[in-house]
Parts: sequence; structure tokens; C-alpha cells
Amino acid sequence: MSARRIFARPARLAAIAPYLWMVLFFLVPFGFVLKISLSQTAIAQPPYTPVFDFTEGRAALAAAFAQLSFDNFRLLVSDNLYILSYLRSLVVAVTSTLILLLIGYPIAYGMARLPRRWQGVAMMLVIVPFWTSFLIRIYAWINILQHDGLLNQVLLALHIVSAPVVWLSTDTAMYLGIVYSYLPFMILPLYATLSRMDASLLEAANDLGASPLRAFWLVTFPLSLPGVGAGALLCFIPIVGEFVIPDLLAGSNSLMIGQTLWLEFFTNKDWPVASAAAVALLLLLVPPLVLYDRLQRRQLAGKG
Amino acid sequence: MPLLRIEGVAKSFGNFRAVDKVSLDIRAGEFFALLGPSGCGKTTLLRMLAGFETPDEGRILLGGNDIAQVLPHERPVNMMFQNYALFPHLSVRDNIAFGLRRAGMPRAEIATRVAEMVALVKLEGMEKRKPDQLSGGQRQRVALARSLARRPQVLLLDEPLAALDKKLRESTQGELMELQRRLGMTFIIVTHDQEEAMTMAGRIGVMDAGRLVQVATPRNLYEAPATRWIAGFVGDVNMFDGQVIASGQGRLTVSTSEAGSLTVSEMWPPVTKNVVSVAIRPEKVRLSRRAPALDEGGAQTINRLDGVVADVNYLGGVTTYKVRLESGATLRASMANTARLDVDAYLAGQRVVAWFTADDCLVLEQ
Repeated sequence: MSARRIFARPARLAAIAPYLWMVLFFLVPFGFVLKISLSQTAIAQPPYTPVFDFTEGRAALAAAFAQLSFDNFRLLVSDNLYILSYLRSLVVAVTSTLILLLIGYPIAYGMARLPRRWQGVAMMLVIVPFWTSFLIRIYAWINILQHDGLLNQVLLALHIVSAPVVWLSTDTAMYLGIVYSYLPFMILPLYATLSRMDASLLEAANDLGASPLRAFWLVTFPLSLPGVGAGALLCFIPIVGEFVIPDLLAGSNSLMIGQTLWLEFFTNKDWPVASAAAVALLLLLVPPLVLYDRLQRRQLAGKG
Repeated sequence: MPLLRIEGVAKSFGNFRAVDKVSLDIRAGEFFALLGPSGCGKTTLLRMLAGFETPDEGRILLGGNDIAQVLPHERPVNMMFQNYALFPHLSVRDNIAFGLRRAGMPRAEIATRVAEMVALVKLEGMEKRKPDQLSGGQRQRVALARSLARRPQVLLLDEPLAALDKKLRESTQGELMELQRRLGMTFIIVTHDQEEAMTMAGRIGVMDAGRLVQVATPRNLYEAPATRWIAGFVGDVNMFDGQVIASGQGRLTVSTSEAGSLTVSEMWPPVTKNVVSVAIRPEKVRLSRRAPALDEGGAQTINRLDGVVADVNYLGGVTTYKVRLESGATLRASMANTARLDVDAYLAGQRVVAWFTADDCLVLEQ
């Protein structure tokens, strides 16, 4: 199809836009990262040997391909620093997602059952923290959690503890920060599914002999699973790669993969290994994404 | 003792009195319809029977026990919802079995009962489908089967046919009636469609503004409406306001401004006020080219009105006419098209005599 015909059809152009976006802002940068991950470290600017250069002609390119090295990936598997980082990231992401679900579900459920005019207000309250910079909010937490911070002052005043508790640089602080930051991403998709639910379904369940609690488990919960899936993935995936929160709030004895990446990139200046780690992280995140897509497709197929 | 006795039940939402002191007895095995315009409180009354709303006042006695405060999941009553409220994540079979499982029925018995229900509503082979893989009519059947599965003492049906198209609605009406007769169950249906109520129900309760204004058989509701409002709500009617100027020998003479002096038969109970309305159904008005001979109605007194045909609407089975009377008022008449070739049909602009007997008139207080 000629360019002119594409431009003659705005609808088609609009359909292309997301793909264009993906190519420009995901595939091309990913190509760069993939390229770096297959190169060698060098004390240079940039700090890696170019693997291939498209300007040097086809023969040079072929030679470069023959020399491609997966050393960086081999290193990822052999050094347990990386594997431990991945595992820790997974553990943190799974734990945080579960906590987020436990907190987010009741909030979303409560919001969906509010009178219509209050739902908008509740929604605003969920979104309002976004108006402050994420980094400032995390620093605010540092302030609250530090030795003479608000939390310790309150605990001391209430005589719950007799000496200040160490909060900062602990996993507790990190989980607090993650749950706090990601809660809106859990609540919003859950609220979207729960608020769309037909109230007469619960009445029908009630009418057919299910107590309100049973009706929740037999009807509301299974019907809200798409929202649970969306919320969980929306939180799980970015938490796996989370860097700022663990770096500012957690201790330094065990690192998440995001922190390891940072170390490799900026402290060790080992871009190839860091890139390899990034590629591996992406590949690890593909299965849950595919799974989610499947689930959604099945849902859509069921509807049609 | 009736199966269901509703005693002085009232329910308000804020300042709005949705149901106002309704009392009603429903016998076992009855097909009862609650009829009324939207917002008349019929659905609220039904929801109080199901337990979704709690009455502010009054008692609801089912088999002698007051169930007004019993929670919906503990009532031996089931409801079929207007939008069917089928569980979208469950198959037809699981939807029907839902209530049976909650009742703790043994597995084998559930399977038998579900199969029985599926056969009852003729959905064999659809057991594994999800609601969104069914047509509207099939969904309606699943909803019916699900609400019948627990063999409730009373089945409540909230506008059960409203979502179906006309043809399907008519055939389903017949099936519902047949089912009710066969099962000997008590059905209470809520509808705003008077034809539907008249077709299916043995008795109809008409509601208006929260009150139960008349409970009667379809025939009595139509031929002897209790109030002017009911006469106008149930079916089509010509209404002439006037004053009683003479009475005697079971006849009243009413002087109206629009139709002159009309002779009508006295109703039971007799009207107590002087200011009345005379109502006459369009199909009871006859049109002719000449005045009828005085003895044509036998011993009956005949009211005759002269006018001009203003409008003719051919509807297939019947033709409706609008006749402009000498007073300027319009009288509606409808006549069955009993012959295929009607050379005698009236045309717009034609002078006619409209006439009706004293017995065909209703006298209603204004």
C-alpha cells in the first residue's frame, strides 16, 4: 500500500500509531540494549566494544556476527549475585503483590459500594498522591521512618515501644514504600471490575439461599478475577524491576535486580553485563504477560 | 387461611412512600399479577416478598408465619429477575444447581433435579453453555428453571417477559401458564403490561402511587373498574364528565356537556356522589348510518350520539374510528373486521350515529 493511501485513511493511520510507538520506544531501544549485551567491556566511551557497525559493509557485518559472544549471559548464570538478585526481586514482587491485593481489594470493594456521587471523591483520593512527585513521597517516608521520625514519636508517645525502633534500611520499610506507591495501580483495575458488577447478581445469589458472605465468594470474587489479574500484573511487573524504593528504604545486604543493574551500569561501568541482565529480566517477564493476555482473550471469547 | 397474607405493609424511601398500607391475600396455587405504571410500588412490594426490602410497617404472613424480617436467603420464596441475573461465570447447569447446592441437597439428587428442570424448560443439550452463549429466550428459560429448582412455596416474577420480543412473549406467556398449572405452584408476577396480566393471571391487583386500588379477575377489572383511573389505565375508554340529574328503576340519567344526556345502568356499589364520569369502552360503541330502531336493543335503553367520522385506523383485526360529536368532543369506537370484504366500512367525513346501551356504560365517581 502506498504512503498516500495510508494517509488518505486516518482510521488506518490511528491503528498504526500504537505499533509505531512500540517500534520507536520499545523495539529500537531494546535492540540497542541487546546489541550492547552481546559486546565486550572496554575502557572507552561508550564503555563497550562495538559488535557490529552497519557502516562497514556486509562482509564486516558477517564477520561481526560470527564473533557474537554470549559470555555476558553465561556470566549471569555462573555468578549467583545475579540469580540471587532475580530471586529476591521475584520474592519481593510476589509478596508485595499479595499484600497489595489484601489491602487493595477491600478498598476497591468499599469504593464500588459507595453511593455514586461519593465514588468520584474516593477515586480522587486514590489518585491525589500522584500530584506529588514520587521521589518526594519516598523521601517523606524516610522522614517518617527515621530514628526520630513521626512514626517513632507516635509509638513512643503511646507507650507502645520504650525505645525508638529501627525502621529505615529494613525490608519492612521497603515493603511499606512499595505497597504505598503501588496501591493505586491495584485499586483502580479492581474498582473498575467491581463497580461494573450487576448488583442483581448478588440478590439472585441471596435469593437462592447464599448468605451475603457466601454470595461474595461464589459470585463477586470469581467475577472480579479479571480485575485481580490486571491489578496484580500492573503491580508485579514494575515491582520486579523496582530500583528507587529498595535503594532508598531497604538495607544494602541483598539487592533487587534493578539495584544490581544500576551497580553494573554506573558503579562497575560494565554495560554489556548490565544489558545482558536487563535482557534476561525482560525475558523472565514475558511468561506472566503472555499468561495475562491469554486470560483476557479467554474472557473476551467467553463474552462474544 | 391463604398461603400468603400481606397485612398493612408500607415502605418509604426518604420522603417517598413507595408502598402505602397494602393488604392482600393470595391463595395457594394462584397466578396473581401486580399491575401498575412504573413507580407505582409494585416492584417494591415484590422485593419485600423476596426479602430485599424490609417493610416499615405491617406483616407478611407465609403459611401463617411472619416473614417480614426474615433474610432473603432464608425464605422459602424465589424470584425470577427482570434482567434474569444469571451468573455469567457459571454454566446453565451450575446456574440451575446454585440454589440446590446452597440447600445442601445430595449430589445425585441435584443432578436429577437439574435434569428435570432442564427438561421442563426444554433446554436439553444446553447444560454446559454459559449464559452469554444463549439467546434471550433461552436465558429467560434458564432464569425460570433456576428460580423453580428449589420448589419455592411462592415464585415471584419481576417483569419476566419484558426483555423478549412480541412473538416470543406471547408464546412464553402460554408456557408460563401451562407450567404454573402443571406444578400447582403459586406465582406472583409484576408487570406494567395489562394485556400480559390479563392473559396470564387469575386475579390482578392494580397499584397506583403505592396503593393497591383494586383486586379483581381480569374480566371484572375491565368491565367493572373500581375507579375512573383504573378504567383509563386498563384498556381504552371514552370518558364523559357530568352530573346525575335523575335516578330510578336501576337507571341513572347523567347530564354531560360533551355527550348530552346519557342513560346508564346503576353500578354496584352505587355511586354516592352527584358528580360522576360515564365511561364507555370503544368496542362497545356501535356505529351505523341511520339511527337504530328503538327496539333494536331489546328492553335496553339506547344512547345515541350524532357525529362525523374524523379518523379511521385499520389495524387488521379491528378498525378504530374517531367520531367528532356535535359538542366537538371525540368519541372512539372500534369494530372487529368480521368480513374480508367490507363494503360498508365508514370513511372519514361520513355522518354516522354512534350508539351504545345503558348496560355498556360505567358510572364512576370523579
